[in-house]
Amino acid sequence: MSMIIDRRLNDRNKNATNRARFIRRYKSQLKRSVADVVAERSITDMGRGGEVGIPVKDISEPKFRIGQGGDREMVHPGNHSFSPGDRIAKPQGGGEGEGGDGQGEGGEGQDNFMFTLSKEEFMNLFFDDLELPRLARNVLGDAKQFTFRRAGYTPSGVPSNLSVRRSLQNAMARKIALAAPLKRELRELEERGADPQEIQDLKDRIDRIPFLDEYDLRFRHKVKEPKPISRAVMFCLMDVSASMSEQKKDLAKRFFTLLYLFLNRKYEHVELVFIRHTSNAEEVDEHAFFHDPQTGGTVVMSALNLAEDIIQDRYAPDQWNIYGAQVSDGDAFGSDPQRSAAKLRDDILPHCRYYAYVEVPDNASSITPLGAAYSQIHSENFAVAKVMGRRDVYPVLRELFQREAA
Amino acid sequence: MSETVKDRVLSRGGDWDFDLLRSYDREIASIAKEFGLDTYPNQIEVIASEQMLDAYASVGLPISYTHWSYGKEFIRNEEAYRRGMRGLAYELVINSDPCIAYLMEDNSMPMQALVIAHACYGHNSFFKGNYLFKQWTSADAIVDYMVFARKYIFECEQKYGIDRVEETLDACHALMDHGVDRYHRPSPLSAQDELRRQHERAEHARKQFDDIWRTLPRKEKQGDDDAPAEAANFPPEPQENLLYFIEKYSPTLETWQREIVRIVRKLAQYFYPQGMTKVMNEGWATFWHYTLLNTLYDRGLVDDGFMFEILQSHTNVVMQPGFDHPAYSGINPYALGFAMFRDLRRICESPDAEDRAWFPDIAGRDWREVLDFAMRNYKDESFIAQYLSPKLIREFHLFAIADQAKNDFVEVAAIHNDEGYRDVRRLLSRQYNRDILVPDIQVLRYEHMGDRSLLLRYTRLRDRPLTDDAKEVLKHLSKLWGFTVSMEVFDEREGVVDRIDVNPAR
Repeated sequence: MSMIIDRRLNDRNKNATNRARFIRRYKSQLKRSVADVVAERSITDMGRGGEVGIPVKDISEPKFRIGQGGDREMVHPGNHSFSPGDRIAKPQGGGEGEGGDGQGEGGEGQDNFMFTLSKEEFMNLFFDDLELPRLARNVLGDAKQFTFRRAGYTPSGVPSNLSVRRSLQNAMARKIALAAPLKRELRELEERGADPQEIQDLKDRIDRIPFLDEYDLRFRHKVKEPKPISRAVMFCLMDVSASMSEQKKDLAKRFFTLLYLFLNRKYEHVELVFIRHTSNAEEVDEHAFFHDPQTGGTVVMSALNLAEDIIQDRYAPDQWNIYGAQVSDGDAFGSDPQRSAAKLRDDILPHCRYYAYVEVPDNASSITPLGAAYSQIHSENFAVAKVMGRRDVYPVLRELFQREAA
Repeated sequence: MSETVKDRVLSRGGDWDFDLLRSYDREIASIAKEFGLDTYPNQIEVIASEQMLDAYASVGLPISYTHWSYGKEFIRNEEAYRRGMRGLAYELVINSDPCIAYLMEDNSMPMQALVIAHACYGHNSFFKGNYLFKQWTSADAIVDYMVFARKYIFECEQKYGIDRVEETLDACHALMDHGVDRYHRPSPLSAQDELRRQHERAEHARKQFDDIWRTLPRKEKQGDDDAPAEAANFPPEPQENLLYFIEKYSPTLETWQREIVRIVRKLAQYFYPQGMTKVMNEGWATFWHYTLLNTLYDRGLVDDGFMFEILQSHTNVVMQPGFDHPAYSGINPYALGFAMFRDLRRICESPDAEDRAWFPDIAGRDWREVLDFAMRNYKDESFIAQYLSPKLIREFHLFAIADQAKNDFVEVAAIHNDEGYRDVRRLLSRQYNRDILVPDIQVLRYEHMGDRSLLLRYTRLRDRPLTDDAKEVLKHLSKLWGFTVSMEVFDEREGVVDRIDVNPAR
């Protein structure tokens, strides 16, 4: 007799470890792939999984196999016109080899083994690229969806949350409590042999105690656990004058992305404002921000002025959490750096939860005018850093992450 | 259709439930018994499609150790499935006792019945009866053994690091095809014995360990009186089981690495019969699902709709596209195997003159006995050589192509005519010879008194070269060996024609 077992409820992800091993083994190739995706993708889209590819030859497993060449015979089905001795020109390039199982490496005959990374796998590789420490990953990683936590019972609620057991317990307690003195009285009356009418009245009163009363009802109480309460706006300011190369912009993008991801976990709703500037500033969309080349001088002040205007117009500081992120190569001329620093310190920083300035200079040791002026600002909510490579991106935000993780 | 017939129908439509599965299984089992199928007890597990993907990845074992290549396999299948490029197999069956078969929950009732007949009575009886499976696999021990292997490798990862274990496993997997003893029967598997043996070894090593020996100055080995003649060539006979040789003689492997080599070797051994009996195994299972379900139908236990679905699916399975068809990818083992078993039955039941001439000893005999004998005592190569009839060669329009390196054309060597039958049959049978599929590579010499290098020999058949992979495999091998590994290519006419040397990376 056969045994029939329902295994559908068993663990469905038996291969999670094997999959993780695969990703671990090909991390460097995958990172390259992820970097390509990051470059193409909009900041707001970053928190999704993504399709990546690995060259097929990298993942093949070698075996001793017999290759092309030499003499052999093969038997095939479906002869409809050949006679013994017929000659057929050899197929060029390849041929059928050993026939048989046709299990090529990598699907659809592509050069790349393509597959989809889950959101978590994708973010992990992205974070690895930035050498993000565990602490920061935790801050970013814990998706604050509002989980419901049970918190006892409440007397009001929707019917679906009604706790029948609790309600009936209450009802029973109430009935016992209300009926007990009456029953005692009834017993006394019966012992005394009192007026039957009186006894009957008492019995009726006991019967009238309702089986279930409205205040017996208890509902399961659930509370929403840390719910991102408010909304945030993130100002991305970038100097797009000719000296900002693509590579610098790529660093900038990673920096903005990281900050965006952070805010997105923390706040229910995050808006992005992109302000680019040369000698004058304008608000643009993300694509133009990163990809449209601009030429012209550099006046930082113009961007700060615009940011301030936008804050005044659209993001009242008492209703929005304002975050600022500024990227520049540090070039500024004349009185502009000093005036900008003063503007930032006096008019913008007071409204901001956090403001980070990232400098992407050509030369790590040089001191740039803007960097020098900004370094005079001392505020808890202000961070300045020089970024030469990807690994430098995270430390700029370290303080912010640490504060939030604490 | 009369009322009485209608009453006997087990179910209608596609829906299934567990009671129905049970009643179908009961009916199929009783018919299988009438036909004399001898099976292990069945354990039928209903799973969801994601679980089927899981089962695929670990080469069809319900449990296996962790390795990236299984992850790769899983991702490949999952992607293909998700993009709709490939459906999932309806069934998966494991050569174990009890025989585990998976049914997918998405299958309709007729498909479940098909799978039960195919896997639980077809494959199952093949696993239990075929001589290769009897000799090379321990069906009652495999699941326990894999539990043991998984745990052991997990512990190794904890102790020695994921990277080192992975490196060892990679190397073993590369040599997996060369880890089988073909000529003497391996000792049966037992997870408990393995565990005990391992403890004994570790305990022995611990007792023998005495650090003070290390501090003694090394003496030159005294005298050469220890069998110098034998030392001249070791091993005395070439060894074809590379993994076994490594496990026993590698100068550098640590004990735990030897255990891992052993685990992969045992796994290779377990899968060895499956590679040798694809045509027979699938043919046998297909023949029986076809026969059993048709009997169900003949007895009025299933309706026309049921049979239509079965036949549609069955026809897809046994389709054999011609060589010039876009879907052609070699000979379909289901098609060939099914056709051959059906043909055997036909030869027994209604032989014609040709059959009597070709198969005098089976024509007209009891088909059940003949099929049972064939199932038990053959593998693909010998099965085809013995039983492929001219009628089938005609039906399949088989023809042989000769491909010689010196010509820029290929030549049609034989077709389905009187002169060609025997040639076609011989050549097709040869195609299932393991030596054609897996190159003949043996350990020729181990310089155990010298520089400890290892020499392999690839005996080349008819000028067929190895692929460039060979060098990579040798690199893996040299990691396990720890010293120089070489391979010479030996041709029967020309002698040694080529040689590859690989030095270990460290």
